[in-house]
Amino acid sequence: MSLDFLYPVYEVMRNAGRCTNCRVCERQCANGVHFWSEKTGRMESDESRCVNCHRCVAFCPARALKIVRTDHTYKENANWTGQTMEEIYRQAGSGGILLSSMGNPQPFSSYFDRLLLNASQVTNPSIDPLREPMETRVFLGKKPDRIERDEDGRLIDNLPPQLQLDVPLLFSAMSYGSISYNAHESLARAAQELGTFYNTGEGGLHEDFYRYGGNTIVQVASGRFGVFKGYLDAGAAVEIKIGQGAKPGIGGHLPGTKIAADISKTRMIPEGADAISPAPHHDIYSIEDLRQLVYSLKEATGYQKPVIVKIAAVHNVAAIASGIARSGADIIALDGFQGGTGAAPTRIRDNVGIPLELALASVDQRLRDEGIRDAISLIVGGSIHNSADIVKAIALGADAVYIATAALLALGCHLCRACQQGLCNWGIATQRPELVKRLNPDEGARRLVNLVNAWKHEMMEMMGGMGINSIEALRGNRLMLRGVGLTEKELKILGVRHAGE
Amino acid sequence: MWKEGQVRIPSGCAISGVISRSGRLMSGDSIVRSIALMHDRSNGLGGGFAGYGIYPQYKEYYALHLFYDTQQTRTACEKFIDRHFDVVNLSKIPTRKIPEITDEPLIWRYFVRPLPTRLKDSQLGEEEYVVRCVLRVNREIEGAYVFSSGKNMGVFKAVGYPEDVGRFYRLEEYDATCWTAHGRYPTNTPGWWGGAHPFAMLDYSVVHNGEISSYDANRRAIEMYGYTCTLQTDTEVITYLVDYLHRRQGLTWEEVAQVTAAPFWSAIDQMPPAQRVQLCYLRNRFSSLLITGPFSLLIGYRDGLVALNDRLKLRSLVAAEKGDTVYLASEECAIRAIEPDPDSIWSPQGGEPVHITYDRSN
Amino acid sequence: MIIQAGGKHFHPLNEEIRAAADDHITVKQCLGQRYIGCGLSGKTLTIEGTPGNALGAYLDGCRITVKGNAQDATGDTMNDGVIVIRGSAGDATGYAMRGGKIYVRGNTGYRAGIHMKSYRDKIPLLLVGGCAGSFLGEYQAGGVIVVLGLGRPPEEPIVGHFCGTGMHGGHIYLRCSEPPRDLPVQVSVRPAQEEDMTVIEDCLREYCATFDLDYDTIRRHPFLVLRPNTKNPYKRLYTSN
Repeated sequence: MSLDFLYPVYEVMRNAGRCTNCRVCERQCANGVHFWSEKTGRMESDESRCVNCHRCVAFCPARALKIVRTDHTYKENANWTGQTMEEIYRQAGSGGILLSSMGNPQPFSSYFDRLLLNASQVTNPSIDPLREPMETRVFLGKKPDRIERDEDGRLIDNLPPQLQLDVPLLFSAMSYGSISYNAHESLARAAQELGTFYNTGEGGLHEDFYRYGGNTIVQVASGRFGVFKGYLDAGAAVEIKIGQGAKPGIGGHLPGTKIAADISKTRMIPEGADAISPAPHHDIYSIEDLRQLVYSLKEATGYQKPVIVKIAAVHNVAAIASGIARSGADIIALDGFQGGTGAAPTRIRDNVGIPLELALASVDQRLRDEGIRDAISLIVGGSIHNSADIVKAIALGADAVYIATAALLALGCHLCRACQQGLCNWGIATQRPELVKRLNPDEGARRLVNLVNAWKHEMMEMMGGMGINSIEALRGNRLMLRGVGLTEKELKILGVRHAGE
Repeated sequence: MWKEGQVRIPSGCAISGVISRSGRLMSGDSIVRSIALMHDRSNGLGGGFAGYGIYPQYKEYYALHLFYDTQQTRTACEKFIDRHFDVVNLSKIPTRKIPEITDEPLIWRYFVRPLPTRLKDSQLGEEEYVVRCVLRVNREIEGAYVFSSGKNMGVFKAVGYPEDVGRFYRLEEYDATCWTAHGRYPTNTPGWWGGAHPFAMLDYSVVHNGEISSYDANRRAIEMYGYTCTLQTDTEVITYLVDYLHRRQGLTWEEVAQVTAAPFWSAIDQMPPAQRVQLCYLRNRFSSLLITGPFSLLIGYRDGLVALNDRLKLRSLVAAEKGDTVYLASEECAIRAIEPDPDSIWSPQGGEPVHITYDRSN
Repeated sequence: MIIQAGGKHFHPLNEEIRAAADDHITVKQCLGQRYIGCGLSGKTLTIEGTPGNALGAYLDGCRITVKGNAQDATGDTMNDGVIVIRGSAGDATGYAMRGGKIYVRGNTGYRAGIHMKSYRDKIPLLLVGGCAGSFLGEYQAGGVIVVLGLGRPPEEPIVGHFCGTGMHGGHIYLRCSEPPRDLPVQVSVRPAQEEDMTVIEDCLREYCATFDLDYDTIRRHPFLVLRPNTKNPYKRLYTSN
């Protein structure tokens, strides 16, 4: 036992002078940190259970609580850090694969943060986005090579199916099961109000949400959970999930304990059974097989829905993207290595994949070099932190971005990174009814709409500063970017000049 | 210092154009007078002209105008031209020595036709063949630059004020059915003749005013279709956009305007269904070719002249008509300088092209 | 009605099948056209020749009969209906199928019945007359896979390697006495009892009738039943970090 003891990383600080023993904290904490002690006649805490989600802090009416990082320490060692040591203790005790939640927390620096935007001065005018038109509408989908005319010379609309977005942002895949019913409802309603899309993830589509189908992307992953004709027809687009930035090359596993009645119904599997997503699609062992799945989905949906192929950003991503563009898919979704997850093996999450910005830059350039950029649209995700990241991603060449972690934060997530435990105190990554109901979908949708609208305004400000009044004139407009503190090689891959050049 | 093509040099400008619907020939001195009046819109770092109908005796041949840095370059380039074209006439372009224009390169002119066997082997259309050859020279032969390549038309440009450039090239000796002119105000000092305007490809020539904000989005899109932007100027990329949309995709000028200076979605959404569908289609299909930021431009081509403003009308453009002649310029004064008493004078709306074609009956 | 597939690309062929007014369709001279019957319901298709991959993918209630062999991914993510293959079927037959039945007279390739599931009243069934390749029933989460091993030489195994890898639901019936030698630890194997056999009896009779086989002869031979030990095979694999 003592060998397995790990001192809690966070300590609960309770201000005795303020605490009124109202026990709100106890009721709010599903992890069982807070309890009333008859012996001491006051509230106590078991910080070993604390995940630092701030639920108690936020709800303490007396503001008596705060969470601090412990100053308990190992003997200082820059090589063997406390974190590294503790991971070894955990594995020595359990024999298990380390499992983590949410995106890569390692201190990789963001390339977005080292790219700076341009603004107009003198030679052309900046535009005032509050008073002048500023367009953020985007269409995703394949564009035909040639125009066609009817016998009267009128243009024929020969566009394959497209997705129309009022803002170049979609909510990326999070399955029902990994997040709650109320979280899904919040996303669906926000997507509808914002004129964009949310994504079912691989857990099927709850029958209550079919009415949001026009704003829904239905995902087909290797587990094929909840996939049937009606599901494919329900969405506005179908996404084939090949990989995810947080765990490229790795399948998924929703433990049976999370397969409650409703989840079972949506995934169309028995209650309590593990939902295992194999690492690959077993009908795709090669690029030509992807074409087979793309077209089987198009056949099944009568060629009415764009097909998205989502991949993780890995070393050879540009060539893979080229293969996807030639597979008949309409849209590529590219997920960078800092993307989030409900659960992933720690080592995979922290060590596999490449940064989104470099992947995006090389994919966009490769598709242009091959003359097939029009054949496919590009959505990118994996740690889009703010509106400036979106502007930079689009300037690098993306058509739109996927956000998920930021959306969860808007819903109340405090990034405690304990999703895999299923005890989310904010009602997001849990299936416990008493916790799920803490997230009010009215409030959730409102906060998501607020966030996206605020970002949209910020994007419009930045575009206006550059003298650009339509998002398509920003797409791939790399001259609007300059690098700072980047090597020649990095600049070359990004296709960007250094600031001052 | 980087020259044009190694760095992007934004510039402001003056533009002027004139066209006779009946195809009446006009000497070059009037367009020189017109652009000269807008002297203060240029800064002496570039001026140029395009004239249509100036080579009637060679109207079946592509007229290649070239700048060479050295005689060696000329030898190398002429080898290339001989390998790809049948050359019926070649000469130096006549110029006049004047103190305002200095450091001129070698300026040569070739009237050519693609070699039939090479053309056949290339499996390209004749025009596409010429385009590829021009782009190859400009990209691959260091110190050689094709700045005009159309039939029965020619571009004349230099570093200097446009009125001096006009005198230098003895434009009064040329008669054209349509002239365009450009005075340049670059925000850098490249001192390179190729960077002056008009910019031309085949018989499309573009003069333009304003720094567009969509430049790199447009450039990276158009380069995918086989063009190489060697100059990094707005005018170059606009010329390629126009060539791609009008010649290669076969869009009408109205449709070219609907792509490059598209109406706002808020306006499109209010339109009657058929029009809405068309505009939505064009904006979606050619979304990367939308031009944002300020521009006014004149596009000369074999059948006429097109003028277009950006959709917010951030640059000035005035049009006037007198009899069968139509005038377009950055400022009204530039028109009145050569036609004091027009029948009508008006300012075209942003995003709505003014399209003048020759009367077929003539 | 009869549709001539000869030389047609899958797209127009499948359009024609979808648009056909007649519920009974015979597709002749089929050669490699993919996605036949994809997502389809309410029709009866008879296919002469060799249909391409993903035959009956997302099938939602048709009856498809193939007079020859089928290629890969037959019945991929199938939801309902019946697919009858008079010859053999390729790899990944019945991948992720959730409902309906696939009857194969001959053999099937690798990864048949992979990730087959069941849900409520939907219990999919894959019945193979000959032998099955490796990874039969990999990740199987539900449903029933039956392999009869008919006409195989006595020394040839009824199924390839790694049968039932990752299996966490459903049943595999093998008509043999010796269990596969490399069964993973989470799969248990035992001789089929009478109550096990009643589960597949109706289908087996239907299968025999379909292919004109003698039910009693087939039924008389002992069967083994493979089942997973747990619904949650990977529970102890992870430690929270």
